[in-house]
Amino acid sequence: MPCNETEEWSGNRVREEAQWADWMRAANAGDSGAYRRLLEALAPFLRKLAARGFAKAGLSAGDVEDVVQETLLAIHLKRQTWDADQLFTPWVRAIARNKLIDNLRRRGNRTELPIEDFVDVLPAEAASEELSAREAERLLSILGGRQQEIVRAICVEGSSIREAAARFGITEGATRVALHRGLSALAVAYRGSGQ
Amino acid sequence: MKTHDFINALAEDHAARPQPQPLRWTFLTAMAAGLAVAAVAFALVLGIRPDVVSAIQTWRYDFKFVVTLTLAVTSARLVWQLARPAADARSAGVAIAAAPLLLFGAVLYELWAIPASAWLPRAIGSNSVACVLSITFLSIAPLTAAFYALKRGAPLRPGLAGAAAGLLASALAATLYAMHCPDDSPLFGAIWYTAAMALVAGAGSAAARRLLRW
Repeated sequence: MPCNETEEWSGNRVREEAQWADWMRAANAGDSGAYRRLLEALAPFLRKLAARGFAKAGLSAGDVEDVVQETLLAIHLKRQTWDADQLFTPWVRAIARNKLIDNLRRRGNRTELPIEDFVDVLPAEAASEELSAREAERLLSILGGRQQEIVRAICVEGSSIREAAARFGITEGATRVALHRGLSALAVAYRGSGQ
Repeated sequence: MKTHDFINALAEDHAARPQPQPLRWTFLTAMAAGLAVAAVAFALVLGIRPDVVSAIQTWRYDFKFVVTLTLAVTSARLVWQLARPAADARSAGVAIAAAPLLLFGAVLYELWAIPASAWLPRAIGSNSVACVLSITFLSIAPLTAAFYALKRGAPLRPGLAGAAAGLLASALAATLYAMHCPDDSPLFGAIWYTAAMALVAGAGSAAARRLLRW
């Protein structure tokens, strides 16, 4: 995704970089609150990148949230690959670009529409909290019974690990394991879903 | 699935294991383990050549290690740069040329230093098939280790990362094998060591395209 460097590193971006890198360092040191703030802050940024990519590919912005969630999952599962001595934003961008390409490839460029028709109607900053995606939910159906219930309770219904554990009558440890395996399986399902 | 709730799930998962092992550590410990396994296999199956004490005093024997260790260091750096998104791999990619250049220089010197009638016997050596097979065999453990680390990484170009991992594994394997190998001529190394390394790098690249997607 070619980007305008001057736009990229103007005031806000520099502050953002410093803030995000701080949060990521704190997250890697064990601060889950900082991690949550980081992901919440990244979501609108990723949404903008994905919308731009979709516009370039001539696709409507309807399924942008699928890419946002797939990218967030990749960032999460690959967070150990960020080195504290490298810039954070380019790392996020590289992952976002990779996931966008994966997503577009899966769609097989079915739609070919002139970009200009869309550029004007693209929301500059679609920041609604209620944004939802269909793909991840559909892919969750490949998970096994109990694992699927647990991941659904936490990912879709917003339960905490403790609440989910209480609801299904299992230990928090087992719930954590089920969630982690479920998320890893979801990442694998994304890869396979286009084939 | 709402993105806000999905983030909740990711944060819960982070809280469950808040400090994932940094990739740097994974890479270093995996390679150390892979090298250790290869070294044990080397000691059990091949072993150091009996005349090592006199061999060590010849530049041709020593130079084998200069080349293989240079390749090991430069390819390790390349693997590391290719394992992470947005890490710049260009200078590491250029540095990978160091070992081939050293070898090329040594080949030119060898061609100048020995009579033309000795070129072919030295190039063919006494053990070429064993050389290729041994280096390939000793590469298995380090290559597996490098793949394990890359699997936890996020290579944007898996094919290239796999080839670099193959170079690293075969450079370590060649360093071990060079202690056993009775052929010290750069002419021999340029043909047979290089053939084995190309084989392992090619296999690494092909395997990576399948295994290292993320």
